[in-house]
Amino acid sequence: MADEAKPVTNIKTPMRLEYRYSAGVATSRFLRGIGQGKILGQRCPSCRKVYVPPRGSCPRCAVPTVEEVELSDEGTITTFAIVRVPSENIDVPLPFASVHVLLDGCDIPFFSVVQECPVDQIRIGMRVQAVWVPKEELTSTLQSIRYFKPTGEPDVPFEKLKEFL
Amino acid sequence: MREVAIVSFAQAPNARRELRNEVEILMPVVQEAVARSGIERPFDFTCSGSSDFLQGQPFAFVMALDAAGAWPPIPESHVEMDGAWALYEAWVKIQTGQAETALVYAFGKSSPGDLPEVLATQLDPYVLAPLWPDAVSLAALQARAYLEKSGHSERDLAEVAARSRRSAKSNPNATVSGDYEVEKLLATPHIADPLRVHDCAPVCDGAVAMVLVAGDRARKVCERPAWIRGIDHRIEPHSLGARDLTVSVSTRLAAEKAGVGRGAVDVAELHAPFTHQELILRDALGLGANVKVNPSGGALCANPMMAAGLARIGEAASRIWDGSARRAVAHATSGPCLQQNLVCVLEGA
Amino acid sequence: MAERCAIVGIGQTHHTARRDDVSIAGLLREAALRALDDAGLDWPDVDAVVIGKAPDMFEGVMMPELYLADALGAVGKPMLRVHTAGSVGGSTAIVAASLIQAGIHERVLTVAFEKQSESNAMWALTVKTPLQAAVVAGAGGYFAPLVRGYMQRSGAPEDTGIRVAVKDRANALKNPYAHIRDPNLTFDAIAGSPMLWDPIRFHETCPSSDGACAMVLTSERAIPRPKLAPAWVHSMAMRSEPTQFAGQEKINPVSGQMCAKEVYSKAGITDPRREIDAAEIYVPFSWFEPMWMENLGFAEVGQGWKMTYEGATALDGDLPVNCSGGVLSSNPIGASGMLRFAEAAMQVRGQAGEHQVDGAKIALGHAYGGGSQFFSMWIVGSARP
Ligand SMILES: [Zn+2]
Repeated sequence: MADEAKPVTNIKTPMRLEYRYSAGVATSRFLRGIGQGKILGQRCPSCRKVYVPPRGSCPRCAVPTVEEVELSDEGTITTFAIVRVPSENIDVPLPFASVHVLLDGCDIPFFSVVQECPVDQIRIGMRVQAVWVPKEELTSTLQSIRYFKPTGEPDVPFEKLKEFL
Repeated sequence: MREVAIVSFAQAPNARRELRNEVEILMPVVQEAVARSGIERPFDFTCSGSSDFLQGQPFAFVMALDAAGAWPPIPESHVEMDGAWALYEAWVKIQTGQAETALVYAFGKSSPGDLPEVLATQLDPYVLAPLWPDAVSLAALQARAYLEKSGHSERDLAEVAARSRRSAKSNPNATVSGDYEVEKLLATPHIADPLRVHDCAPVCDGAVAMVLVAGDRARKVCERPAWIRGIDHRIEPHSLGARDLTVSVSTRLAAEKAGVGRGAVDVAELHAPFTHQELILRDALGLGANVKVNPSGGALCANPMMAAGLARIGEAASRIWDGSARRAVAHATSGPCLQQNLVCVLEGA
Repeated sequence: MAERCAIVGIGQTHHTARRDDVSIAGLLREAALRALDDAGLDWPDVDAVVIGKAPDMFEGVMMPELYLADALGAVGKPMLRVHTAGSVGGSTAIVAASLIQAGIHERVLTVAFEKQSESNAMWALTVKTPLQAAVVAGAGGYFAPLVRGYMQRSGAPEDTGIRVAVKDRANALKNPYAHIRDPNLTFDAIAGSPMLWDPIRFHETCPSSDGACAMVLTSERAIPRPKLAPAWVHSMAMRSEPTQFAGQEKINPVSGQMCAKEVYSKAGITDPRREIDAAEIYVPFSWFEPMWMENLGFAEVGQGWKMTYEGATALDGDLPVNCSGGVLSSNPIGASGMLRFAEAAMQVRGQAGEHQVDGAKIALGHAYGGGSQFFSMWIVGSARP
């Protein structure tokens, strides 16, 4: 086929759009807390459940949340996946455990990763603790929590975690 | 068609840059609209409008559901369009007899991005978008063609801007308002000839919510319901070269179907983000000189993307409620240079 | 008071990883033309167009319905664009059918699509913002922990997911439009495929496809003289719940349970397992088959895996599920939900060819999206409701 008769099957049109995000009022308070090495949640005035990261509202009750609650940086794994496939936005070496951690004093699992533990030993019910960057490197981003690691405490029985799945 | 009325409306202040997240902006607006409606949750149907590209995050509407009140689970849908089309979908649902009440909301957070650039991604992705023509430049092409053909001048455009800003003085949620002299407006530089800053809607963040109720239930909760007596929407070819940019064929067609001409119009709220588009829309809708256009200041004074069209319907309904209009027309637009248009006729009795 | 809605035309593309030979518009027209041809109708016969797709960032085109208006014959007509995350294909069909039921239009064309090759879906799903920790690797990374939770809770045998995949891959061989048609995908091949998001294996995962699906819906009085009798919409339902809240049931979502109850009751179905002849369920990861069997009320909670295990969901089982090969075999995301709805209609029209369930009269189409929080369903039947 002559060149001019060939179909154009592909053109590359790179797109670039820049955005200046704003975190919102509740998440800003949370991120400032992270910058000070603290995990701040919010309690719903209606159902009394504690949310982290807070988004300024309880989706269950559809009411604004304002009461701040400082949470422990220890918690329990409610479920997890072992990620063995690369993802452009994730910098952790493969394979790694993507976990839901229920922080003590909180009612909703927090998404994070677990390190310092072989992936085949990670269990539902395992107790873990946040590993922070050194104090002088703390910033108002979630990168300040590097990952979670096992505490060595006994596991929490599955029965107690069922409702958090 | 089943009788459906708008019984409440609420909107956020149209700030140039909101530091609240979309849920924080939306929740008080939804709560206000619900409280004013006199209807208890749950609503039979909920529908919203928004666009991911504005804030640069996929599934923007998913988180916004937190503000709507979706527990226990609700029958709910979403259009990736202006909320005026969400209202249309809700109206359709009520027409099927499967719903009697509906909550409609829309939000847009344009401030994180460069809106005219972001809107370039609406264009044909193979031959037009790669050139990145921004939305203001495209509107300027339309304005130039319109001025040439209609014999209107840039002064006429400035008069639209001055009148809109004056009207917006009574709108506490306007982004721009005040008394401006046409001479002074004309002395400002062009940003995309023939358009100046005052010819273009300000960029802002915002949210809008309203409640629709059918028949007698509407009469029970609202003293003077704003009845939707006609609603229709039409789309035109995408390519600017394939349409006559100086007229709005789709608005005229939608107006015919919605029955705009069946009676005198007291007030019209037109979704014209550019001054010349108001003039094009007036022609398309056949509005005479005695029709009060954009008493709220219109989109030229507050243009929360994806919510501004729905806000026009809410503002028109407000004129029915306060008795300043017996019959009002609201209009919403989508796409480059008025590609898609919706027309809604509201009546107080 | 609602008008009856008939499905008179169905079309889809041959789903595949890359359709370099067509533009986005070309892809949609392919499905739409097949649906119009099936209906015996032409573009001017259509009163309105309802289009659906998942996030615009998948193709990098904001509100693509604007650019697609010409190609879909929508100029001068009403055009609506629906987006309810992964359930969008189903919701789009529901909006289109509502236009008929409301008596507003006589003939509506509805189209859903995704052309994932035009961009990077993983990227679009996990845009990196400075506000969130980047710890969730796409949809698989999000859903794998839920699958693990289901396994632990139900005590289902570990090979349940493999068995679902074996069945759906075999069904896909009977569907000429399916993306993954590979006779080598045996139990051992699937079991031996790498873990991507442990416990989810590569071959237990849906592909990324370019594809579109279209349907022509009409009112009863506008039914054309099609080559084939129409399918009838017997009932439709949608339910949504928030993404995440304290005490939320994520594995067996309440929104899905409520949606199923509503769609059955509106259709007069009291015993879904017995009364439904075929089901097309949105199963992007194989383990979602047993999970949805429970959520949809076909099995008791914790027992869904037994249906897979006992072959109940096979093409010759008592409730054939995903005879088309399902989402596991073709996944143009925005169209995947509509494909479920359309395949259900094809079954009751006797139009499903090699993957036809003999004598199917009542079928369920199901779609879900977001974090298992948006559900849309319809029941279609061969008899006029
Ligand atoms: Zn609460």
